[in-house]
Amino acid sequence: MTQNPAPREELPLVLEARGLTRRFGGVLALDRLDLDVARGEIVGLIGPNGSGKTTFFNVITGIYWADAGHVSFDGAEITRATPQAIYHAGVARTFQRSRLSLPLSIFDNIMIGNHKRLNQGLWFNLVRRQAFRAEFEHSFAEAQALVEVFDPPLARRMLEPVAGLPMIDRRRIEICRALISRPQLLLLDEPSAGMTHEETSQLMDDILEVRKRLEGLSIVIVEHEMGVIERITNRCVVLNFGRKIAAGTFAEIAADRMVQEAYLGLK
Amino acid sequence: MALSGNDGRRSLLPGAAAVVLVTVFLIVLLRVENQKAIIALLALGIGAVIAANRLGLLKPVARSFSEREDALGLLAIGATLAIGAVFHEDHFVLLLVCTVVLYTVATLGLSVQFGYAGVLNFAGASFFGIGAYAAAVLNQHTAIPHLLVLLIGGLMAALAGSLLLLPVLRTRGHYAAVVTIAFALLFKTFLEVNDVLGGPQGLQVRGMTILGWSFNENIEIGGIELSFYLNYFAMSMMILVLAFVVVRRLERSWIGLNLDALRLDETAAGCFGLNIVRWKVTAFLLGNFLIGVAGTLHGMVVGFVQPNNYTFADSLVLVSILLLGGIGNPWGVAVATVIVVIVPEKLQVIQEYRFLLYAALVVVVLLFRPEGLLPRPVRRYFSGWQP
Repeated sequence: MTQNPAPREELPLVLEARGLTRRFGGVLALDRLDLDVARGEIVGLIGPNGSGKTTFFNVITGIYWADAGHVSFDGAEITRATPQAIYHAGVARTFQRSRLSLPLSIFDNIMIGNHKRLNQGLWFNLVRRQAFRAEFEHSFAEAQALVEVFDPPLARRMLEPVAGLPMIDRRRIEICRALISRPQLLLLDEPSAGMTHEETSQLMDDILEVRKRLEGLSIVIVEHEMGVIERITNRCVVLNFGRKIAAGTFAEIAADRMVQEAYLGLK
Repeated sequence: MALSGNDGRRSLLPGAAAVVLVTVFLIVLLRVENQKAIIALLALGIGAVIAANRLGLLKPVARSFSEREDALGLLAIGATLAIGAVFHEDHFVLLLVCTVVLYTVATLGLSVQFGYAGVLNFAGASFFGIGAYAAAVLNQHTAIPHLLVLLIGGLMAALAGSLLLLPVLRTRGHYAAVVTIAFALLFKTFLEVNDVLGGPQGLQVRGMTILGWSFNENIEIGGIELSFYLNYFAMSMMILVLAFVVVRRLERSWIGLNLDALRLDETAAGCFGLNIVRWKVTAFLLGNFLIGVAGTLHGMVVGFVQPNNYTFADSLVLVSILLLGGIGNPWGVAVATVIVVIVPEKLQVIQEYRFLLYAALVVVVLLFRPEGLLPRPVRRYFSGWQP
């Protein structure tokens, strides 16, 4: 099932993290972490609870600042950038606990992710309603087409509130919200949380399908479900106590003794 | 997609029927003086709404408002003008209707701040008062055209509101609300000790004059004498319609979506490029501007301003209108303002206890219908638009 790992050296790097460190009081959530992501690559980020995976995402997306180290994205330094600037540069994410706006419709939630491609001018929005209507209809068609890749029936319910939807649909919408702006790097934080095995496997099919269409999209995925990691990643990085303890293909890290002790629970 | 003629008429009917019924009810209520008859009428009204709800008659009304809002909006304007025509010589009723209309404008402003951006403003009456005092001072001491005074009053309220921006942006939720409470209390004290602004006695406000047309003189058309309040009524309606259109378009745009996104989850919104500060500031200042314009005209309508008209309690009334009507639904705001302003005026028994009544009403609504009388529907960017 594992796809062939891409020959990494030949591909340009999208994300480059060097010596990334983040403390919370006395706890080192990230400890001099180096991590690269090449264009078009799917990297699995695994490790026990509290090993720093989500902190890594939060530092990359500017929610936390790193205490030390550097991050560059597409060749530009983003270590001290705001979440807004990082989104505009082309990084999009989902959250571990689904963070959709429940009272809003499916379409509205996806459009939140489309912020940078929509005209945000006051004059345009309030006065030039014909022009706004054209942009609205265009965006609607685009969002609907994206949802259709995941689930055609869901694409017919675009104006319904998200609140009534099951977890798998919410995850799909979260991923659509992240993808609608055509980012170069997608960070998926435990997309399988709260779903059954079948649902998870379905969602992964969808993600692979979408990636085929979005050329050059790189993905970093945090996941506890090893089947998922084995199936969709080109490469894995294992964290423990904020440190990188192993890296390589899934087969390689699964055979690594340190990883087995730290994570897979084998002695 | 265009609605077929038949469908269109069918979905228009429930909303139109509701508008007409409410208008007739209001005209009767405003006419009747006998206290017992008023109590009976109110009981009838409440009973009718509850029965309609039970029979499932309110759903089609809501649907028709969401699908044919433009047509129903025009009908509502017509209905309000009809109320004005029926009471064309009744000073008291027209003053009351003007107050309802201008309070609706002010509450629309609060609705932008709280309903969309999530910034709770407990100083609504203070910003309303800033507009009114601006009218008093500018009409007395300057020759600035009065239409421009309306604009300046709104801008002054926005400017005064920008004093609160820093604390409001640096705090979240309840803490920001406390800042506005402090402002409301300070504002009244400031007016009371300020002799230039008339101290506790307040100031007279000169009536509005546009191009030599004095709003404070009765109108005579073909031998019929009309109340001068009709001038103010027409002006208030124009402002209400403008404010309504702006707030509606704001909600039905990417900006409305931005405001919802930052209210519901600031962190997630930030991760999708939203400039939190920019949109919070926009919403707060726009809301204050609307409150200020309404206050400026209201000052000219009543003819005097005094600190006691703009207390913290009055701010609470504005907030209770918002909670009662349905947070973020401009139609709900209009309906709730009618209830909160007219009922205590007509029902003199409760005049003294009106704050108790508001408090009880808000508690009942929050308990049994937490989204307000007319909950805000899911956003439709264009009424009647279908994918």
